[in-house]
Amino acid sequence: MTTPTEAIDEVVPATRDVVLDLHRRMVRIRRFEESSGKLVETGEIPGFLHLYVGQEAVASGVGAVLTDDDQITSTHRGHGHAIAKGAELRPMFAELYAKTTGYCKGRGGSMHIVDMSRGMLGANAIVGGGIPIAVGAAFASQYRGDGGVAVSFFGDGATNIGAFHESANMAAVWDLPIVFVVENNGYAEFTSQERHMRLVDIAERAASYGMPGVIVDGMDALAVREAALEAVERARRGEGPTLIEAKTYRFFDHQGIKGMRIPYRDPAEVEAWKSRDAIRLIETIGIERGLVSAEEFEGIWAEVEAEINDGIEFARNSPDPDPADILDDVYTV
Amino acid sequence: MTTRELTYVKAFNEGMHQIMAEDPDVFLIGEDVAGYGGVFHMFDGLLAEFGERRVKDTPIAEQAIIGLGVGAAARGLRPVCDLMFMDFVGVAMDQIFNQAAKMKYMFGGAVSVPLTITTAGGAGMSAAAQHSQSLEAWLAHVPGLKVAMPASPYDAKGLIVGAIRDDNPTIVVLNKKMLGVKGEVPEELYAIPFGQANVVTEGDDVTVVAIGRMVVEARKAAEALDKQGVSVELIDPRSVQPLDTETIVASVKKTNRVLIVHEAVEFGGIGAEISSQIQEQAFDYLDAPVARLAAPFAPVPYAPVLENAYVPDAARIEAAVRRLLERR
Repeated sequence: MTTPTEAIDEVVPATRDVVLDLHRRMVRIRRFEESSGKLVETGEIPGFLHLYVGQEAVASGVGAVLTDDDQITSTHRGHGHAIAKGAELRPMFAELYAKTTGYCKGRGGSMHIVDMSRGMLGANAIVGGGIPIAVGAAFASQYRGDGGVAVSFFGDGATNIGAFHESANMAAVWDLPIVFVVENNGYAEFTSQERHMRLVDIAERAASYGMPGVIVDGMDALAVREAALEAVERARRGEGPTLIEAKTYRFFDHQGIKGMRIPYRDPAEVEAWKSRDAIRLIETIGIERGLVSAEEFEGIWAEVEAEINDGIEFARNSPDPDPADILDDVYTV
Repeated sequence: MTTRELTYVKAFNEGMHQIMAEDPDVFLIGEDVAGYGGVFHMFDGLLAEFGERRVKDTPIAEQAIIGLGVGAAARGLRPVCDLMFMDFVGVAMDQIFNQAAKMKYMFGGAVSVPLTITTAGGAGMSAAAQHSQSLEAWLAHVPGLKVAMPASPYDAKGLIVGAIRDDNPTIVVLNKKMLGVKGEVPEELYAIPFGQANVVTEGDDVTVVAIGRMVVEARKAAEALDKQGVSVELIDPRSVQPLDTETIVASVKKTNRVLIVHEAVEFGGIGAEISSQIQEQAFDYLDAPVARLAAPFAPVPYAPVLENAYVPDAARIEAAVRRLLERR
């Protein structure tokens, strides 16, 4: 059984703007995930969804310190990364609805959201598949000297795949401007971390490649933001990569919002992590420190709700792809 | 156009030099490509001319080599990623067929991946089962990839330039037994686009479609057959993806008989696809079943006596053509 990291939020300073920014990013992710999860259950959206609920602080804390010129690669559980990087909800919903107005014109779906204009280099349905690609984006920035940084998000399970180790080593040996963010939610699909690796702290893997390894409370967006800021600035200065391990938890199952077919997590463990809900945590911090009022937070929820409804409506009313176009974009011509 | 005789590998190398001089977005990474110039000398002199920023030795890490190329290409650069031996595509396959090949389509056209992978394939050097394969059918089977197999010094230069200028992921498979083969090569920079077959010799009696080094063997067979009064039309598709079926089908409609030769194993090889295309598009013109000559369904053996039995050669091509002509 994994247990949530002890709160360290008191030590992380925050301004009102930072709290509001992180909160809005997380609420957009939370509501997008909950709504789309329900739409899959009702059959309105095809395919299957790997929901990010519970882990919002990680994508949001990192996304908050990146610009549109910085690049990210993501995972099969990628909606949160896209939203945290600034993706719009209309084309995101439209992609889930498999419509031509979606980010991938209905060709990719949930696991392949892309937004090149915001440096979202694509979600990836192969575990670990996006890591070497982020190294390439970092290489492109180094090659051009454009000051850009790449971030690759991946899970604890992905740190067992060869692509992670090859990428970490190459990025380190070439001092590439990249930050590796491992979101340790304790499970590789249904297999717990203690059953898939000997380590407790994945950040220790950084030492093998001669780069800093940092552990951060992945339920505390302020803490994630601070760690990300330091790693990103280090990368921008040309000092090479960092591995950040964010200890976090997914509240839903590996896939979808329904209950588990076979229980593999202790309900007490799930409840313990839910008690450290990242959104409630930042609201508490904001209110206790007198930075943001409860009413203001409620206002953000309401604004996001309107954006969600607008996105769903937009997707519902968008056209389906035409089978006559099935061969479009196999090649660049 | 001034031409002079160059070896296959020198011609390829000249293409690399010229395209890198032309386009500052082209860079080269791979195992021992910089300091050593590549184990086959494909990249000799590039480090000296273009420096460490653009010509880089990598760790032995094929997934990261190709993945880095995919990410850099998606960001608008034109990476050349070398895999040394074609057998190593297996190590990097996820980045090749799940990532590079699919990004354009899967992302609704939002991204182009102008990545070039170079490698050396083919048997005949007693390099055994993990350093001798011809795996072009694997790669040609994946929508999104383009695959070329140069069969002359002229094509080695033209196809690497064509590949690097192409906005899609391309794989250029040199044949390591052809490195020293000589031929006329223009001095200036030129590109051969993928998907344009080369009619190596024109003829009326039989069409031979040969892939990679088998073009050289088929040419020898065609010369021998010519002396016996048999006129062979020899076609080198140059790229197996895209495949220039138009040129092949037109030739078969003229000769009415066709033999397909490659050194990959016959089962599921690119010859099976070419055969199907011919039968779909020229069935009524055929005077004999489409014939294939390729490797037996076994890994490439080490012993020279076994390897010689494994890879088709001019004598066996000639015999296969004779059998095809006897068919009434």
